[in-house]
Amino acid sequence: MTQFETSAHALLDAPSSEAELSAIILKAYKDKTPLKIEGGSTRDGLGRPFQAERTLSTRNLSGITLYEPSEMIIGAKAGTPLCEIKAALDEKGQMLAFEPMDHRGLLGSTGEPTIGAIAAINVSGPRRIVAGAARDSLVGVRFVNGRGEIVKNGGRVMKNVTGLDLVKLQAGAFGTLGILSEVIFKVLPKPETTATLSFKSLSDVQAVQMMSKAQGSPYEITAAAHLTAGLGRDISRSFIRIEGFEDSVTYRLQELRRILCEFGTPNELRGDDGARLWTGIRDVEFLSEPRDAMVWRICVKPTDAPLVVEELQMQFSFKHYFDWGGGLIWLACDTPSAAPSIRNTAVKFQGHARLERAPLELRASLDVFQPLSAPLMQLTAGIKKSFDPASILNSGRMYAGV
Amino acid sequence: MGMIAFPKPDTNVMARRSVILHGLAALLPSNCIMTSEDERRPYETDAFTAYRNMPLAVVLPRTTQEVSAVLSYCHENSVPVIPRGAGTSLAGGAIPQEDAIVIGVSKMSKILEIDYANRFACVQSGVTNLAVTGAVSAEGFFYAPDPSSQMACTIGGNVGMNSGGAHCLKYGVTTNNLLGVKMVLLDGTIIDVNSAAYDAPGLDFLGLICGSEGQIGIVTEVTVRILPLAEGARPVLFGFETSEAAGEAVAAIIASGIIPVAMEFMDKQAIEICEAFAHAGYPLDVEALLIIEVEGSDLEMDSTLAKIIKIAKQHGVKTVRESKTALETAAIWKGRKSAFGATGRIADYICMDGTIPTGQLPFVLKRIDVIVKSYGLRVANVFHAGDGNLHPLILYNVNDLIEAQKAEEAGNDILRLCVEVGGCLTGEHGVGIEKRDLMNVQFNTQDLEQQMRVRGVFDPQWLMNPAKVFPLEGRVTA
Repeated sequence: MTQFETSAHALLDAPSSEAELSAIILKAYKDKTPLKIEGGSTRDGLGRPFQAERTLSTRNLSGITLYEPSEMIIGAKAGTPLCEIKAALDEKGQMLAFEPMDHRGLLGSTGEPTIGAIAAINVSGPRRIVAGAARDSLVGVRFVNGRGEIVKNGGRVMKNVTGLDLVKLQAGAFGTLGILSEVIFKVLPKPETTATLSFKSLSDVQAVQMMSKAQGSPYEITAAAHLTAGLGRDISRSFIRIEGFEDSVTYRLQELRRILCEFGTPNELRGDDGARLWTGIRDVEFLSEPRDAMVWRICVKPTDAPLVVEELQMQFSFKHYFDWGGGLIWLACDTPSAAPSIRNTAVKFQGHARLERAPLELRASLDVFQPLSAPLMQLTAGIKKSFDPASILNSGRMYAGV
Repeated sequence: MGMIAFPKPDTNVMARRSVILHGLAALLPSNCIMTSEDERRPYETDAFTAYRNMPLAVVLPRTTQEVSAVLSYCHENSVPVIPRGAGTSLAGGAIPQEDAIVIGVSKMSKILEIDYANRFACVQSGVTNLAVTGAVSAEGFFYAPDPSSQMACTIGGNVGMNSGGAHCLKYGVTTNNLLGVKMVLLDGTIIDVNSAAYDAPGLDFLGLICGSEGQIGIVTEVTVRILPLAEGARPVLFGFETSEAAGEAVAAIIASGIIPVAMEFMDKQAIEICEAFAHAGYPLDVEALLIIEVEGSDLEMDSTLAKIIKIAKQHGVKTVRESKTALETAAIWKGRKSAFGATGRIADYICMDGTIPTGQLPFVLKRIDVIVKSYGLRVANVFHAGDGNLHPLILYNVNDLIEAQKAEEAGNDILRLCVEVGGCLTGEHGVGIEKRDLMNVQFNTQDLEQQMRVRGVFDPQWLMNPAKVFPLEGRVTA
């Protein structure tokens, strides 16, 4: 166990075993010491600022614990760097299907993202439209709850309905319900070939129509995004991605060109050009400058995305693009006063918005996460208490008081 | 049988039956309340027929508001409630208890909205699984999870049990295909959990609700994602001389980077039973059969199948038979999906549902054989080979009490084995009452108490489906 002063926080604990982790939390539970949980610290800027007396790092809980390529399962201690997981999967031609976003570029952070944070923050990327989010691939967790108890849920098999699904509750809970000590993900084979079709100069509405039509076809689109004019080029570009075995990809490209001919003649991107493009879309590179702009992540149903944009454009100016075929709007603006409009508009369209990047002061004064309905907020508080009765784990990172 | 205990009926509730019926009558029209013994009899049990209890009454509300009124009444009067879809649970998830009101969703069977551009359907929870696909297939879409009972089982029940099916290797189980629900809490509060937009804000309530076995609320509306149908689908039969060879072929196919939509395994006993029923052309001279289905255009299917056949040959496949027509395809799947029903024609059976790491397949199959034989019984194995979800069917005679007890014990031994090799008690059927008393095998006290504390947030009095999932001893509320 290492324990030393850091500049940012009063004290830091870095247990090197689950038992040590449990002992530290048990003490914090008895002393009612609020803790901040830290993986690679690359997503510190995401969420509400909150007070903690000590920081608990998973840095010494590291290493792959299980990898069975023929069972498509990988398990690792929570502090394992994501790059280590990716390298191990790469060697066997496999991948995390949900294509997790790297927040370092957007948030201007350094360090190595950890696999535990991917689970705790439910981080996904463009392939979410077919492969689901991180929570859909997460099949098992071990964690220490706010009483210092070591708890397991789920397991190492991909079909498992035994008992309540606490795996899902932990995914995306931002560490407010426990400190993950180990996570198990299902994985998929890497596609043999990837190709991207790029359509030019479509409006937001046309782009969503194109992407919906492609996604409604049998040709298995694995990503669909629309970059508006001014992001990288002076015209808009809309992309769909196809992956698989070479002969199948060739066939589907030809069929997609045919059914999408009303949207013009697309260019085809292959190899590194395509990979760089999708990394840029995944990591919100197109909106990372200027650095002081606020960046919002708005989820609505795809065909509502252009309507949301249109409604907001009447109120203030911003830059935006679509991922997930329109299901995800990335929006950058420098007007804090726009926050209520963004929230209200998202709600009006039965969606939700998260403030993905903003200076500390704004994150302290604005809701970072979409406020919940009163009954859901009450249940959230109840669930928090059931895991963390003394409210010591990342309390306040998502919502005040929980 | 009778090894599985139910909580003792609350005599207070039993004594107040007429008052309670009167109370319900004020909330629902009389044709939505079933009180006579004849009316209640069909609700005594579900597809886990070895156990049955006559409920206090059965109500079939027509709207979310009616569900809310009934739940709120039961909450105020401390009356246990048993949510019920179509009653197809193989784990006893819908079996009532004598002091409980069964709340069935069968009258809520409207399809509320279909949105092809955004690829979702919103339906009431009493709509059957197959009816969702039926409603969207003309436009070239389908709903992916396909439990064998899909003609009868409801979407509400599927959400309750997080149902799977033969095609979830590629498309995932219910929880991966769910976008939102409307649910009524025990106190009558109606909550909307997410919508057609991805990634609900806050905690993942949707993930918690899915598979909660009717213990935290009653789902009345469900929004699911619908997917475009593939251009074509073709199952191929692969016969092997040993189960080991079939298991190795499955591992090799996955290692090669191919994810077929389905990889189903049957052993000799299951092949014979299903072939006699469905006349699907299953080879009878092999020890193990794999049904592997691929999707896509003809060209894509030819190409993928060529790769799979090459791998199968490397593992000594004896027979390979491709479906050439839609009729053959239907017959092949009819055989597989009616495996349980066809087995029921020759004997009574209990169907296990453990999942194991697929690498353990050959070992576990051998052990299952030894276990079942040690009880002097027979077993037929049908399962989803790609994900290790086993369905050993233990054959017995329900009228022979000793044999029935042996079957239950053999089943428990098999489930212990599944956990021992790194798997779990149930892959898609749910815990219900069937596996409740084995929960301690898979989970320790802390694991179970954390689950029960979460449950307690929704139902501190243990009124919702209380006999299920958690062992009767050692229950906690908060």
